[in-house]
Amino acid sequence: MKINALIFPAIFFAFFELSAQDGGRKIPDVTVKNLDNSSFQTGEIENDGKPIIINFWATWCSPCKRELNTIAEEYQDWVDETGVKLVAISIDDARNMHKVKPYIDGQGWEYEVYIDPNADFKRAMNVNNVPHTFLVDGEGNIVWQHNSYAPGDEMELYDLVEKLAAGESIN
Amino acid sequence: MVIGTLFITSRHVFAQNGLLEGAQVHGNFEIYAQQYNEDSLIGAPNVPEKSGMNAFGNIIVTKGKFTTGARIEAYTPPVQGFDPNFGLQPIGVPYRFVQYTGDQIDITMGSFYEQFGNGMILRSYEERALGLDNAFDGVRIRMNPYKGIYVKGIIGNQRFYWQKSTGYVRGFDGEIALNELLEAWAESKLRLTFGGSFVSKYEEAGLRSLVYPENVASWAARGQLNYGGFAFLAEYIYKFNDPNADNRYIYRPGQGLLLSATYSQKGFGINLTAKTIDNMHFRSNRDGQLNDLFINYLPPLSRQHTYNLATTLYPYATQPFGEIGIQGDIIYKIKRGTLLGGKYGTTIQGNVSLINNLDTQNISTHAQLESDEFIDADPGRQGYEANIFTPGDEVYYQDFNIEIDRKFSKKFKLKTTYVYMVSNIDVTLGTAIGTNVYAHIGVLDGLYKVSRKHSIRTELQHMWTEQDQGNWAFAMVEYGYSPHWFVTILNQYNYGNPSAILRLNYPTAQVAYVNNATRVSLAYGRQRAGIFCVGGVCRPVPAANGATISITSSF
Repeated sequence: MKINALIFPAIFFAFFELSAQDGGRKIPDVTVKNLDNSSFQTGEIENDGKPIIINFWATWCSPCKRELNTIAEEYQDWVDETGVKLVAISIDDARNMHKVKPYIDGQGWEYEVYIDPNADFKRAMNVNNVPHTFLVDGEGNIVWQHNSYAPGDEMELYDLVEKLAAGESIN
Repeated sequence: MVIGTLFITSRHVFAQNGLLEGAQVHGNFEIYAQQYNEDSLIGAPNVPEKSGMNAFGNIIVTKGKFTTGARIEAYTPPVQGFDPNFGLQPIGVPYRFVQYTGDQIDITMGSFYEQFGNGMILRSYEERALGLDNAFDGVRIRMNPYKGIYVKGIIGNQRFYWQKSTGYVRGFDGEIALNELLEAWAESKLRLTFGGSFVSKYEEAGLRSLVYPENVASWAARGQLNYGGFAFLAEYIYKFNDPNADNRYIYRPGQGLLLSATYSQKGFGINLTAKTIDNMHFRSNRDGQLNDLFINYLPPLSRQHTYNLATTLYPYATQPFGEIGIQGDIIYKIKRGTLLGGKYGTTIQGNVSLINNLDTQNISTHAQLESDEFIDADPGRQGYEANIFTPGDEVYYQDFNIEIDRKFSKKFKLKTTYVYMVSNIDVTLGTAIGTNVYAHIGVLDGLYKVSRKHSIRTELQHMWTEQDQGNWAFAMVEYGYSPHWFVTILNQYNYGNPSAILRLNYPTAQVAYVNNATRVSLAYGRQRAGIFCVGGVCRPVPAANGATISITSSF
């Protein structure tokens, strides 16, 4: 235990230093579920060099649904103007995962949706709570993230998507 | 000095010689701290240490096919309502792993989370808000030997606060996705997946008057079919004799069945689910209590409510002793521009769930079982007889709810919810009030967007009931300033409590600041005693009066 207590922070800080220098962070490759319950590898998420929004949500999360329903009203314009793709990752477990497809069809969402029933992808992306949104640039680097949703956040998100689509840096 | 040397050495080892050059290093933090004032009216005790904190720090390092990670946890001391076992060690590293992910094989050693099928036979997961973490510590191998064929094998013991379960768990799961396996089916509208699991636990019998099986086996079979907008799934689980504290050490096998049918198209979706469970407590310790050391997860068949009065007073969790239930869930979106739909469209969601006990005939009485007595009429110590398809006449939980969500203008949205629930809280919450609670709940949730960045949301909730604590009223106002600030004020008022002295107010104020992936919130006020549930697993939250600080950050 004593050794742990010393080595761990040392390694931690070394990693921290590394994290400051690492070039783009990529989407980790984890197995999630397609809506038909077959497997999908998150490493295969891509959008032909255009930006990608990855949004973690759940059917029991009111702010998540508020955010995704608000974006849904504008989504077709977003796609037409910037080529962006929104990938919605439901963290619903066995209690609610069978209600995900009826819900997204019912709401008429056009997003690409996967289910992460045991939070494997959520953990790999270091998400604490939903909603949590990531922005991925055309090279597949995660360049921005945001936790929680307040009405109006979607406009800030879209400003960033436009910058990325125009090839500008957002940091 | 030592730390400094180690720090420099570790920099040298990990950073300078290129071992981890190009590695991706990420993680997150979560800190949850409470300060306590004594408040005898609401039942908040005098906490001698005046404060509690649960804190978590995760780090994950990935380089190519190699991943390693660890989590530091601190409980100094644990927040009130969390198991005191967390306090046995103030800080430590209960979770760490190394993983190699190749094209066809994936090996993890150390701590890991895993789920087979719907998790009804095996699921390890972490739910920090519940203080629940039954991670395996051992080895997991996942393989994809041929396209469409997936196999997994695990072995390990489970996390038990700062210790490990004495029992070992071994599990194997296989799945075949026919549309991947058969080229001719690749583009078929009909999609079929089959799977099966085998899980066994080993635990020493110990010196008891009963002879316990040291190895307990269980298995599950599942299938899913999709055709266009239709989906159908089934999973059956079976567990061989597993005398344990939950079932009063009887030798009766356990079983369960989950069926779900779904149809959806644009603007409409429906899901029907049925579930039956008998004697399916499955833990890696036969004497386990509460939420400790579960190997499996039994999803409850009721709506996961989000509004305070509907979630924390009379929630439902699966009764693994035995229950049978059905649930229907429907969503319909009335088109925009129609008379009923209005300018922006209107969404209607409805949900019904009905859950009863199983029709059960006791062979041995509880007293006979508790005295470890074998009686002639029950030589196999089966305890009772039940058919998993025959409901009994005792209601456990019923819920009918409808939600209408409508956008009236660019600036104003209103969500109206009505819930009627019947809750047998003597069974679900362990009370002894001798009657079901019949409660009506109404909620008005309005969102007014003042301008691009400013918004105001209000929630008005009311519960009408003549049982238990009587009527409740709830009001909340939340001001949002995108993207950084939230200010929330809320009050709950138990004005209908049969006892005049308990007609109390529970006011709370909260400020939250969000910057990208960091959120900091400070709340002050009274917290009502209640039940906090995630995924149908619940934790009682004690009454508290004081300040709460919560910080989450991802990097």
